[in-house]
Amino acid sequence: MWLLKLAWKNLWRNKARSLITMAAIFFAVILSSIVSSLQKGVFDNLIKNVVSFYSGYIQVHQRGYWNEQVLENSFAVNAGVEKDLLRQKGISGVTARLESFALASSGESTKGCLVVGVSPGSEDRVTSLRSKLIAGGYVSDADNAALLSEGLARRLKLAVRDTLVLIGQGYHGTTAAGKFPIRGILRFGSPELNDKSVFLPLQAAQEFYGAGNRITSYVLSVDAPDDVKRTTTELGRILGKEYEVLSWGEMMPDIRQHIRTDSASMTIITGILYILICFGIFGTLLMMMVERRHELGVLLAIGMKKGRISRLLLLESVLTVISGCLLGILISVPLVGYMHNNPIRLGGELADIYRRFGFEPIFPTATNAAIFMRQGVIVLVMGLLLSLYPVIKIMRMNPVAAMHT
Amino acid sequence: MNTVIDAHNISKVYNPETIPVYAVNNVHLHLQKGEFTALVGPSGSGKTTLLNLIGGLDKPDEGKIEINGTDITRLSSNQLINFRLHNIGFVFQSFNLVPVLTAKENVEFIMQLQGIPKKEREARLKNLFRQIRLEDKVDCRPAELSGGQQQRVAVARALASKPQFVLADEPTANLDSKSASNLLDIMAELNKEENMTFIFSTHDQRVIERARRVVTLVDGRITTDTALVDVSHSVASVSSPPLIT
Ligand SMILES: Nc1ncnc2c1ncn2[C@@H]1O[C@H](COP(=O)(O)OP(=O)(O)O)[C@@H](O)[C@H]1O
Ligand SMILES: [Mg+2]
Repeated sequence: MWLLKLAWKNLWRNKARSLITMAAIFFAVILSSIVSSLQKGVFDNLIKNVVSFYSGYIQVHQRGYWNEQVLENSFAVNAGVEKDLLRQKGISGVTARLESFALASSGESTKGCLVVGVSPGSEDRVTSLRSKLIAGGYVSDADNAALLSEGLARRLKLAVRDTLVLIGQGYHGTTAAGKFPIRGILRFGSPELNDKSVFLPLQAAQEFYGAGNRITSYVLSVDAPDDVKRTTTELGRILGKEYEVLSWGEMMPDIRQHIRTDSASMTIITGILYILICFGIFGTLLMMMVERRHELGVLLAIGMKKGRISRLLLLESVLTVISGCLLGILISVPLVGYMHNNPIRLGGELADIYRRFGFEPIFPTATNAAIFMRQGVIVLVMGLLLSLYPVIKIMRMNPVAAMHT
Repeated sequence: MNTVIDAHNISKVYNPETIPVYAVNNVHLHLQKGEFTALVGPSGSGKTTLLNLIGGLDKPDEGKIEINGTDITRLSSNQLINFRLHNIGFVFQSFNLVPVLTAKENVEFIMQLQGIPKKEREARLKNLFRQIRLEDKVDCRPAELSGGQQQRVAVARALASKPQFVLADEPTANLDSKSASNLLDIMAELNKEENMTFIFSTHDQRVIERARRVVTLVDGRITTDTALVDVSHSVASVSSPPLIT
């Protein structure tokens, strides 16, 4: 106890130095917390935009479908599987799709397109399809009508209430042909979807392709995007060999790669930040040891054991680092909270690009207690590791030499 | 009589490989309980080195040092730290005190290291501050004390641990003559009242005159070892033949 008291008094012997050290630690925690929160926020947002607007966080297919996306790899709707999916913890929505290709024509021109048969109700719950409408109305289960993407409509010079003709190859090589009145026009952020997709109610699509009650995929939304990996594995185990369960990362490796590369550069930035902070802390420790060499030599001479002196110095460092960390966490929590509620808005060209891809042009900030805790702990551990320097110095100290200075 | 320090044939050589310096050269020194002994000699004669050896701060290259029967040259460095804590009181030339602690806390500190209970510490503190005549300065930080007062606190700290002897290396070197004389008064009183053994180095003639025995070092060797009979009337002195020639 008296050792702790002495440590506390020593902490304040050189107020400027202690405050500088604390401030360094404090800013380290704040900066690294903000950087990490921003990074996580941006990525979460990116994933949400890309994933939740079409692919879903997880998809279930007949095994082999993802490698060869043809109707022959479709499977019959299975109430048991659907029930299993909905029962699984962490799954917030399930919708069935039948996806294939066809030629779309409007009398004067013909274009290849992606035909997506969807259950209008559940599709809207999982991917908010209705919100993409820019003209006309939505479809219902029993309709025999189509929703046309904006780019395709422009190319085919079609508008709401015009008729779309689809021709393609159906299930087991049959010929598929159909005429569909256009009920609505959709706009997607992704150019791929915006220029090529046609949405039909599931039943209409199944009839068009002669596919009975078959579908190509279940598209799943989840409660916690961070748990996707675990949920995917879990589902794979439950559904067995017949089905393949893929996470968005497996379906869109390029996006995952982009996030990885970006994370790596962020890690380097925080790494550099940490190294700077380390030098700052180390500098003050170095100064402190030079300044107190004589005094510590006296303590050693009069009979204070090296272990005890080390404990004293460790206590001093721990107190400094902990106060800096706590202060840092205390301030960064409301700061990041503010940034979360008032995200940084992008301007100009960048904002346009974001909007074109269907993203809100913002830099969102994640508020996640784990982030602050982690940054706090990292800085704390760094500080403690650095405090080993005075301990090593003490262990090697010779009282006569120390007092000579 | 009670032998406190018994140093046999001790030597300390610096730079043995290059140009060897015999800082302490084949010295015999015996101190009895209650002595008040000055170690004198010109600068560089080996006073500090000898005191460091006796105080267990440094190890001799040759010889044996017994403190109250314990051969300290055979102790490990950790044992030596503990031995110093319980057996030797130190007063250094300057900057003896922990700057963030008050005078009282500085003296209490060593008793806390020894694990002495609070009640006993308080009693000893009271007594010690009366003896060093600084009862009104107990709560002052070292920076608020004069050099002489700081040295008196250092003496109190040395005594607080109830050592076998107090070792002081040039305790008055940084003091004016009045403060020096004051410090010597207090040391002499403690020597008398508590029968505490003191050995201190100095090259100040007025301080030398206060000693009851004067050991002179030249080039690491003891050249004279003189017992002075009467301290208060410094004229009369009896010279005994040096122990080592
Ligand atoms: N650490 C050391 N390394 C080398 N030589 C030293 C060291 N300490 C003391 N000496 C030498 O030993 C001799 C005695 O020094 P010291 O004991 O300090 O004398 P004094 O205290 O009487 O002035 C001197 O010649 C000094 O230069
Ligand atoms: Mg000296």
